[in-house]
Amino acid sequence: MGAENQINDTNATGALQEDKHAWPLWEVFVRSSRGLSHVHAGSLHAPDADMAVRNARDLYTRRNEGVSLWVVLSDNIIASDPRDKESFFESPKGKDYRHATYYTASEGVKHL
Amino acid sequence: MSHDFEEEFAGYGDNVASATRVTPGHALRPEDIALQDAPPAADNGEYAVWLGDDSLILAQRLAWWISRAPEMEEDIALGNIGLDLLGHARSFLTYGGKSIGKTEDDLAYWREEDEFRSVHLVEVPGQDFGLTIARQLFFSVYLELLYTRLLNSTDATLAAISAKALKEVEYHVDHATQWMLRLGGGTEESARRIQHSLEVMWPYAHELFVDEPLHERLAATGVAALPSSLKEDWDRRVTAVIEESGLAMPAAKDALCRGRRGEHTEHLGYLLAEMQVLARKFPGATW
Repeated sequence: MGAENQINDTNATGALQEDKHAWPLWEVFVRSSRGLSHVHAGSLHAPDADMAVRNARDLYTRRNEGVSLWVVLSDNIIASDPRDKESFFESPKGKDYRHATYYTASEGVKHL
Repeated sequence: MSHDFEEEFAGYGDNVASATRVTPGHALRPEDIALQDAPPAADNGEYAVWLGDDSLILAQRLAWWISRAPEMEEDIALGNIGLDLLGHARSFLTYGGKSIGKTEDDLAYWREEDEFRSVHLVEVPGQDFGLTIARQLFFSVYLELLYTRLLNSTDATLAAISAKALKEVEYHVDHATQWMLRLGGGTEESARRIQHSLEVMWPYAHELFVDEPLHERLAATGVAALPSSLKEDWDRRVTAVIEESGLAMPAAKDALCRGRRGEHTEHLGYLLAEMQVLARKFPGATW
C-alpha cells in the first residue's frame, strides 16, 4: 500500500475504513413483533449505517420476522475472549447459593 | 392450530373473496382478485393490463441482477424489488385479464411483443448498476405518485392493489435515492457513470407522462390518474435527488416512445423470449 493510501477514510458513522474496496461488517439485531428485546440475527456487509439498516431489512425481515432493527458495526462490539472462558465463566459453578431456589423458606414466613 | 388462528382466517379461500378482504399477512393476493365475481369494465381492464405490463417487464429486467449484483446484499435488495413488482403485476394482470377472459399467465406468457403495453423505460437494458439505479429512480418516483393518486380511484380493486403496492414502492424510491446519493457523491468514477446513466435513461422518462385516449376516458370517470398531471411533482422530486447527489440534470432529448400502442424497442423481443420460453415449451407446467 502506497503512502498516499495510508490515510484512513471514515464512513458515515465515523468508523475507520481501512480497505476502500471492502464494505465493513455489521451485526444485525431484530425485534420480532412478539419479542420484548432485540435478538442477534446475523451479520451483513454495507457501505455505511443507513445502507446497513436497509440491507438488514432486505436480508433479515423478508419473511415478516421483525418490527424493529438495530445495526452495529461489528468492530464496535467488544467481546469476551474465548481464552478467558475459565476465569470469566467458571467461577459461578458450585455457588448455588446465588440462586433463590437454594434457600428453603422458614416456617411461618409469609409472602414468599 | 389454535382457536384464534382458525377464527382469524375463517372463510379463507372460499368463494366470497373481495378486493378489500384481509388475508394472511394482510395482503391482497392475485388469487383473491381471481375469485371476485364481477369482471372489470373493458377500459378498466385494459388500464390494469397497462399497469401490470410496466411492472412485469421491469421485474424481469431486475431478475437479471440475481447472482450478478456487486455485493450479495445488493443482489437480494434488487431481487426483492423485482419480486415486489412481479407481485403488483400479478394482481393487475389478473384483474385486467378478467375483462377479456384471460388469466395472469395467459397475459404474461402467451402474448406477442406488439400486444404488450409497457413503456420503453422498463424494457431497455440496464446491465450496469448505474443504469439500473437511474431507471429505478425515474420509475419508482412515478409509481409512488401514480399509486398515491389511485388510492382514490373509483375502481375499488385498482385502489386496493395500489394501496398494497404503494408501501413497497415507497421503499423502492428510498433504495434508488440512497444509491443516487452514494454514487453521485462517491468516487470520480461512480459520479461519472451515474451521470452517464441518467443521460441514457432520460429520453425514455417522458413516455410515463403521455396521456393516451384511454387515460383521458378513465380520468373523466375517476378511475385513472391522468399521466400528465403527475409530471410536475415528478420533475420536482427527481430534480431534488439529482441535485442533492451533486449531479447535473440530464440534457438528452426525448426518444420516440409508443409502448402504450404496442410499438416497442428491439430489446423487448429478447426479454420476452427468455421470460416466455419455459411456459411455451411446456404448456401448463407447474413446479
